[in-house]
Amino acid sequence: MLSDRSPLSLRAAAIGGLLFLHLPILLIFLYAFTTEERSFQFPPPGLTTQWFGVAWNDRPDIWPPLWLSLKVATIATAIALVLGTLVAAAMTRTAFFGRDQISLLILLPIALPGVITGMALRSAFGVMDIPFSVWTIVLGHATFCIVIVYNNAVARLRRLSGGIMEASADLGANAFQTFRHVLLPNMGSALLAGGMLAFALSFDEVIVTIFTAGSGTESKTLPIWMLDELIRPRQRPVTNVVAIVVFAATLLPILAAYYLTRGGSETAGMGK
Amino acid sequence: MSSSPAILPAKGPADRLTALFWRHPRVLLAILLTPPLLWLGVVYLGSLAALLLQSFYSIDEFSGVVKEEFTLKTYAELLRPSNFDILLRTVLMAAAVTLACAALAFPIAYYAARYAKGHWKAAFYLGVMLPLWSSYLVKVYAWKLILAKEGIIGWAAEQTHTSWIIDGLLSIPGMEGSSLSTSPLGTFMVFVYIWLPYMILPMQASLERVPNSMLEASADLGASRGQTFRTVILPLALPGVIAGSIFTFSLTLGDYIIPQIIGNSANFIGMAVYQLQGTAGNIPLAAAFAVVPILIMLIYLAIARRMGAFDAL
Repeated sequence: MLSDRSPLSLRAAAIGGLLFLHLPILLIFLYAFTTEERSFQFPPPGLTTQWFGVAWNDRPDIWPPLWLSLKVATIATAIALVLGTLVAAAMTRTAFFGRDQISLLILLPIALPGVITGMALRSAFGVMDIPFSVWTIVLGHATFCIVIVYNNAVARLRRLSGGIMEASADLGANAFQTFRHVLLPNMGSALLAGGMLAFALSFDEVIVTIFTAGSGTESKTLPIWMLDELIRPRQRPVTNVVAIVVFAATLLPILAAYYLTRGGSETAGMGK
Repeated sequence: MSSSPAILPAKGPADRLTALFWRHPRVLLAILLTPPLLWLGVVYLGSLAALLLQSFYSIDEFSGVVKEEFTLKTYAELLRPSNFDILLRTVLMAAAVTLACAALAFPIAYYAARYAKGHWKAAFYLGVMLPLWSSYLVKVYAWKLILAKEGIIGWAAEQTHTSWIIDGLLSIPGMEGSSLSTSPLGTFMVFVYIWLPYMILPMQASLERVPNSMLEASADLGASRGQTFRTVILPLALPGVIAGSIFTFSLTLGDYIIPQIIGNSANFIGMAVYQLQGTAGNIPLAAAFAVVPILIMLIYLAIARRMGAFDAL
């Protein structure tokens, strides 16, 4: 019988690895309170909460990107929810010609590096003379969000017993009633989880977005705003305040998605 | 008792459609698949086709206008020393990042797969998931704070009188920089940090499938810990390592934000694509650069498939 106790060195390395993954993010919080706005001096010379007020009141350049990001993420998630659910429904329990190719096609936008998806979309807009707009951003985001919804939906559908659909049909329900009263309630939490992850992914996306957004200020999403601040910093702690907001806006949906799909065979995150 | 038909008569269009779906399941399949396939086929595959098309165009050196006729000239430009350096540097970085991620990920994945139970298991899972999903830019920004000359690493080194280690690292040829945040070493560290969770998850999944009885058998046959690791655990975990390496390799190959923010602004494939399509306006060459990672990944995936990595995904 092998011992169930781990060697100390292994435990130390594992816990050290987890700390390595988490500690850097904590520094973002600390630096939001520093009084030093021109450098990243550690330890901060003094602590203040003034930057939250500054970000709220004195930086009107933050708000339009925030609204744009929320808008893009909402529309992209809605599109991904419909398309992802449709493919998932088609792919469970039916074998058909080209099934493997379709699953590869769904995975491709996320398996290839983002710069390729971005550059490909940009060439397509160039070839077809499509001007950049909010919709070109949405087009890119929805494409890689489909796989997230699909992964969650397909895992739940696989777990769902086929019997309940047959029972519903035996009791006289038509396909639409079965969808409305049997399928949807059973898939609800998985779809919600998929939608939340898709939202978090879209809200935070920058690599593809830069290629599909154009250069105008009206098409600047919050991550693009943040990237600009990283390259040409002014009032660095304000960037930290926004970083905390972005962090929370992605963290909360992820946690919610985890609790919604916990206990199942779904692994909410494996799709990214 | 009146006799009623076993099958309920169709009452409305919804019932008639249901009957149609029942008799011809392919109709339902076609209705379900058409919208998503139209989207992915037109938007995504169409875009990839446009990318490939553009890469066979060339740019007129004098007017800067894209000439829309087939040529391999643009691909030949990739072989010019300055461009070939970019390809080589990117592939070397991706390989180094992948190796470092595998080494760092193993203890976490192995502990989580074999020893963590109950709450600890959930904690480990969330502990890997959260950094994986949390904002990419926020994570990169955090490292800008850490690696800055006046940042926490510099401070800690000064407090412990070990600044000479950092100075020594920064004087290695090829790693020069005024601080870690302007050295290729910094770029490497941030790449490893950002993509590490993508290595841990598939590795853990494959380690979880290594049966305990095999480890016991190995111990019974007199193998030391090291021998068990080399001859039992590693071969069985290899598909997971390769699956994880697909992510770390591919993501490093295409990233252009990290080398732009941290490092000595030496060019990588992603940055070349970004700059060529933007300020330089040379879309054909940008497209040709973007085709390289696709080719590398196709070869990589073919090898990975042969080694059984797809079963571990």
